[in-house]
Amino acid sequence: MSAAHDDHHHGPAKGISRWLFTTNHKDIGSLYLWFSFAMFLLGGTFAMVIRAELFQPGLQLVEPNFFNQMTTMHGLIMVFGAVMPAFVGLANWMIPMMIGAPDMALPRMNNWSFWILPFAFAMLSSTLLMEGGAPNFGWTFYAPLSTTYAPASVTFFIFAVHIMGASSIMGSINIIATILNMRAPGMTLMKMPLFVWTWLITAYLLIAVMPVLAGVVTMMLFDIHFGTSFFNAAGGGDPVLFQHVFWFFGHPEVYIMILPAFGVVSAIIPTFARKRLFGYDSMVYATASIAFLSFIVWAHHMFTVGMPIAGELFFMYATMLIAVPTGVKVFNWVATMFRGSMTFETPMLFAIAFVVLFTMGGFTGLMLAITPADFQYHDTYFVVAHFHYVLVPGAVFSIMAATYYWLPKWTGYMYDERLGKLHFWLSFIGVNVLFFPQHFLGLAGMPRRIPDYALQFADFNWISSIGGFLFGASQLILLVVVIKCVKGGKKATAQVWEGAQGLEWTVESPAPYHTFTTPPDPKLIHAQ
Amino acid sequence: MASVGSHETYYVPEQTKLPFFASIGLVFTVYGLGGVLNDIKAAESATTSTWIALFGFGLLSFILFQWFSTVIRENHAGMNSDQLKRSYVWGMSWFIFSEVMFFAAFFGALYYVRNFAVPWLGGEGDKGITGQILWPEFVATWPVIENPSSAVFTNPEEALNVHEWSLAFFAKFLPFWNTIILITSSVTVHFAHTALKAENRKRLIQWLSVTVALGVVFLFLQVEEYIEAYEHYGLTLDSGIYGSTFFLLTGFHGFHVTLGTFILAVMLARAIKGHFKPNDHFGFEAASWYWHFVDVVWVGLFIFVYLV
Repeated sequence: MSAAHDDHHHGPAKGISRWLFTTNHKDIGSLYLWFSFAMFLLGGTFAMVIRAELFQPGLQLVEPNFFNQMTTMHGLIMVFGAVMPAFVGLANWMIPMMIGAPDMALPRMNNWSFWILPFAFAMLSSTLLMEGGAPNFGWTFYAPLSTTYAPASVTFFIFAVHIMGASSIMGSINIIATILNMRAPGMTLMKMPLFVWTWLITAYLLIAVMPVLAGVVTMMLFDIHFGTSFFNAAGGGDPVLFQHVFWFFGHPEVYIMILPAFGVVSAIIPTFARKRLFGYDSMVYATASIAFLSFIVWAHHMFTVGMPIAGELFFMYATMLIAVPTGVKVFNWVATMFRGSMTFETPMLFAIAFVVLFTMGGFTGLMLAITPADFQYHDTYFVVAHFHYVLVPGAVFSIMAATYYWLPKWTGYMYDERLGKLHFWLSFIGVNVLFFPQHFLGLAGMPRRIPDYALQFADFNWISSIGGFLFGASQLILLVVVIKCVKGGKKATAQVWEGAQGLEWTVESPAPYHTFTTPPDPKLIHAQ
Repeated sequence: MASVGSHETYYVPEQTKLPFFASIGLVFTVYGLGGVLNDIKAAESATTSTWIALFGFGLLSFILFQWFSTVIRENHAGMNSDQLKRSYVWGMSWFIFSEVMFFAAFFGALYYVRNFAVPWLGGEGDKGITGQILWPEFVATWPVIENPSSAVFTNPEEALNVHEWSLAFFAKFLPFWNTIILITSSVTVHFAHTALKAENRKRLIQWLSVTVALGVVFLFLQVEEYIEAYEHYGLTLDSGIYGSTFFLLTGFHGFHVTLGTFILAVMLARAIKGHFKPNDHFGFEAASWYWHFVDVVWVGLFIFVYLV
């Protein structure tokens, strides 16, 4: 990096134009992460409304129809607005630095992928103010609830899904092009950090299924406005067709939300165990296997819909197969920690909590995979508990772990460890108090998406709500930690963590605005 | 793995105003369109919504034009390294894959309807109980001419698929001619590509013009077929599942042919301007990939919508 290169080393532009017009992967990564956090608070607010209404039996705070709008918008915003953009933000920040690339492969398109999102979610959220209210048919928007019986705002919901899908596809194309085309010399595929591998496979899943989501909402649009009968049996269609197409998207989608989390945890655990990741190759193959299996298990979401028995059996066994590669991963994380010199900084705490609690969510997933048992669990709070365990202490905890882990690299300062630990413990306690009782509620028969319930469910519901409020409020600590860390603190070194390995730790903290405009020394690239 | 040299020159533009305004154009387009659809459904005036959509679409088109111009200008200025060009190649390939998956959703729907939904409604197979309870008189056929409930969805009078295997039938069968036209156009665009690589600009322009013309003829015949479907066969979007799958599959394909023809026309204009070099013409190549893709989708359509 001599003076001859100085003209390539412009800092960021001044003022708001830096953020509106940036092509820098770090700026765009930050935009994604802040946007995701804003959506996390918005979706979280909707969740608080739900938990407040469910605090005791009876209808006290909101109308049932508004309650349905809350569950719908909570799901949509958390899935498409909070979790997915957070991982894209991490990908933007970290992938170029991890593979020694100067930036993302297609920097202008990168900006476009981001800036579609705030507009898309503004449009989606504006439906709350429209006549007839926001979408109220659940985040899975099953027909005919979302077609024949939908509020008028469904049209805007459909178009919002279309454009956020376009954003996802462009973002994924960018990530794949970056990984396949921009690796520094010496960075072979099997030397890539696992986070890069998991994102490569996630991006592939996204490009494969987001167009299918676009297809299914397009069919809805035509059923609603142009008189087609895809989801109407009176014209020879089938509402179940909706579910098949939706879940063909939907199941890979849930892995889209968890594979990058696997990558994050696979980066953090070796650092704080001060050991290399156990079974790197098997991690790569396990990720690929999970991605493959994700395409052939979708109908396990529909066991009670009335499928031929052969279908029920096929989807049951295929689903159970997923436990094998997932088990490989959990085994490898535990084996990495085995006899390591472990320390328990905040990222590690979140990562360990991830391993334990995600595995619990995985086990309840196995229970749900058993077709005959699922007839009992289907559409109860047991399902809610299951997917919240894999998504909140799963995906969301990994995002928080990643934030604490790389925050010193992003800001140049160490975060407040005491506040970080407080955030972790309150979140950990909160999330379990919130979701664990929901298993019991579900097994006892409490249906999901209903604003009122029978009296025998009252105790577990108020416990769950208390946990919800605790978890919700503790997230503000994260905001405080991040703001404090951006403003200052103890200077971070380049390596930040004693056991950290990888190219991102060879550049100074904060990472310069442009990194690796010339490829790094191949000697810095080690086998994983 | 790229060579060390190409890494040093990867071009990262400092800033760009294009995508932010493209996003504004995009959101106005869809917000306006949504408004138009809802206004029509509520029998209200759609004037405001129409203007919003038009403004958005105008802005989006203008920005995209600027965007492509910028990229072309930069390429001519020699700012694009080989590595950057490979990024475009990856980008286009994966974009086409996403398009394949979009069509897969509709082909999948067609498969499900023909093999499961309609037979079950007709009382056949594993879930035939559906039909026995809902509409016992409904007889499963494909194409569905008598809808399960013809009170809700008006029956089409006739289907548009191949129902007679004779020369006389195919000679008057528009989709058959359209198949020939599209396959021919895939060949002509390949000839144009060969001419480009041989640095024969005159032949490039000739073959590309032929390709564009074939695209236009295809679209013309497609419109002709739609008019026939609506006026003579009573086959419309709202005439049940046969019309639904027929129009959405052929319609989205037709939309892609329109886009492809437009892209090839732009490439023709660029060829006339002398933009392409034998070793540097990815814009053209991407357009031709897109065209081949549209062609392959049509072959799938011809087989699954018209033949079987």
